[in-house]
Amino acid sequence: MTATLLRREPPETPAETSSRRLAERVFRIRESGIVVVLALFVAVTAGVQHRFVSDSNIQFVLVNTTIYALLAFGETMVVISRNVDLSVGSVLGMSAYLSASLFGEHRGIPIPVVFLVGLGIGLGWGLVNGLVVAAGRVPSLVVTLASLYIIRGVNILIVGGGMVTANTLPGSFTGIPKDTVVGIPDLAIAVAVVIAAGAYYLRSYRSGRELYAIGSNPEAARLAGIPTGKRVLFAFAVSGAIAGVAGVLWAAQYGTVDSTAGTSYELTVITAVVVGGVAIFGGSGSVVGAALGALLLSTINSALYVLGISDFWDQAIFGFLLLLAITIDRIISVRLTAALRLRSTHRGT
Amino acid sequence: MAPDVDLAARPGRGPSGLEAVRARAPWAFRWEGGLALIVVIIGIIGTVASPDFLTSNNLFNLGLSNGEIAIMALPMTLIIISGEIDLSVSSTLGMASCLLGFLWARGWPMIAIFVVIAIVGLAAGALNGLLVTRLGLPSLAVTIGTLTLYAGIALILLGPNTVSNFPSAYTNLGVNAVPFTGNAITYSTAIFVVLALIIGVVLHATPVGRAIFAMGASPEAALFAGIRVKRIKTILFMVSGLVCSFAGVLYTFRLSTAVSNNGVGLELDVVAIVLVGGISIFGGQGSIPGVVLGVLAFAGIQNALLLTNFNQEASGVVAGGLLLLSVFGRNAASYASRLRAWVPALRRQTEGPADGQAAAGGQP
Repeated sequence: MTATLLRREPPETPAETSSRRLAERVFRIRESGIVVVLALFVAVTAGVQHRFVSDSNIQFVLVNTTIYALLAFGETMVVISRNVDLSVGSVLGMSAYLSASLFGEHRGIPIPVVFLVGLGIGLGWGLVNGLVVAAGRVPSLVVTLASLYIIRGVNILIVGGGMVTANTLPGSFTGIPKDTVVGIPDLAIAVAVVIAAGAYYLRSYRSGRELYAIGSNPEAARLAGIPTGKRVLFAFAVSGAIAGVAGVLWAAQYGTVDSTAGTSYELTVITAVVVGGVAIFGGSGSVVGAALGALLLSTINSALYVLGISDFWDQAIFGFLLLLAITIDRIISVRLTAALRLRSTHRGT
Repeated sequence: MAPDVDLAARPGRGPSGLEAVRARAPWAFRWEGGLALIVVIIGIIGTVASPDFLTSNNLFNLGLSNGEIAIMALPMTLIIISGEIDLSVSSTLGMASCLLGFLWARGWPMIAIFVVIAIVGLAAGALNGLLVTRLGLPSLAVTIGTLTLYAGIALILLGPNTVSNFPSAYTNLGVNAVPFTGNAITYSTAIFVVLALIIGVVLHATPVGRAIFAMGASPEAALFAGIRVKRIKTILFMVSGLVCSFAGVLYTFRLSTAVSNNGVGLELDVVAIVLVGGISIFGGQGSIPGVVLGVLAFAGIQNALLLTNFNQEASGVVAGGLLLLSVFGRNAASYASRLRAWVPALRRQTEGPADGQAAAGGQP
């Protein structure tokens, strides 16, 4: 994608600077587009049904968004590097069950330890995915499609017909999604901070920028001396670790965990990421956009419920949105390329 | 079990013994040859382990439980060879299944339902194909989108309901054997064999088949050679949509049930079979006989697991493992050369002749 431009480039000619500005402006429009759609959507739904903007519903939507937004953060890092991680739902499921079952097995286990266990499980699977993709040079689609089912299968073998129920979990744990500060859930604030840090990292750190470079042109990135394998491994490790933490949060939010937790979350997460303006072929997009995408999806989900429309419509709408988003992105990028070509011919560069 | 055994073992052994084997039995070094050996080994182990393995009854059950997956693997083969992928096969199956239930519950005659399902299947494939070819979108993203969309439509059609009052004349097609075949061949197996013959001939003996290999190997070169890349790819997606929707009809009749989660997750099995069958995920290489062997290997292993009381819900471990093994197997040659570059002691070893599997696809 043309939007990705490394910061450490040689001094630019005026033409390059202005085309870069154009590219940046277009993609900023792409992200603010989601905000506009979101605002319109909320306004219309609230107009029809005032209950939609009640404190409790807003809190519900925000808490609901947190898990998807976290997963979308990790997925964004992977997608930017021109890969895809389809295993997040399965990792979440395994982490949710194994971490929640700790409370039953070890009475009084400190909650941070449980989060660390979840993080560790996710990190482990993320490293496996990343190693196979980076060292094995196998397409990530195949690897993570396989690990999606392998992890789910292992989880089924571990869990069997078992289940963790809410009454084995301490109140301080299941209370995590419910605590609020001035009406805003603590969890939403924490996730916003994490995402802001992630956005800063991807924007301003060398290794973050290198992920974009890898996604824009893997071969060129390798020739430019970027350790592509290491960066891709890191992206998968982060995605896995985040899915692990999200699993613990999932357990806190839903209380009851069986072997099906998180099934087909990967589809919603990829939809959120793509709707949020992250190009599926890598090299462009931001975690803030992806988080906004997640917010949009859970707003739609909640709006359907509030408006009394069956939530069976959710999935079809999400699928349609995904197709719409990639179509729009494609049109934008074709137009942008044409505009940039026009400029450069005018300027004779 | 591992289709990559013969390839992966190459770098470690001394060149003389291996080269001798290669000279005497070159077919074993083709992907299909190795796979055929593995299928035979699975057959022998199965027969030794259980006297029921090679009975017509067990063959019938094999066909029954793998028929739809095997049928869907055939159009998937064409699509992957052409350089694309279709992840929406399972939800196309599910959507057709729900459509069948939805319309049957509303009293439609079965023939009219079949016509509607054919149209919807073609349309579903056409949507994939047009988005991929006309807009130039990556097929991975498009078919993840339609995977969600078609499964969503299935949910809208049936919601939490189940339709199961199909007439026995039709559900018998799902569970009975084709007459005069000694009770060994299910209708789905028969359809698979016929389809495999047709698609095999088209792929390996017609200009269209050569064109599919060519566009998978290099889309630009194919275009400059005058091949209608976009049109052929669109048609392939439509064929996939049509075949998968009728696989959905078979699936529904076999289980006598239309329910919104029919077929969920089958895309993994389909992709696994195709890649185990020696089709390159990057396009341009593979063969229909390979995929048929892939079906046999996959079905054989699933069947063996059934006999060992393995938790069937966890069978994704096996399909996923097979998928990984087959992609690793394809890369074995490149791992070997990288290993040689790293380890000085191995550097003296001469490079083997060009990999057998490269000849399987080939460029026109």
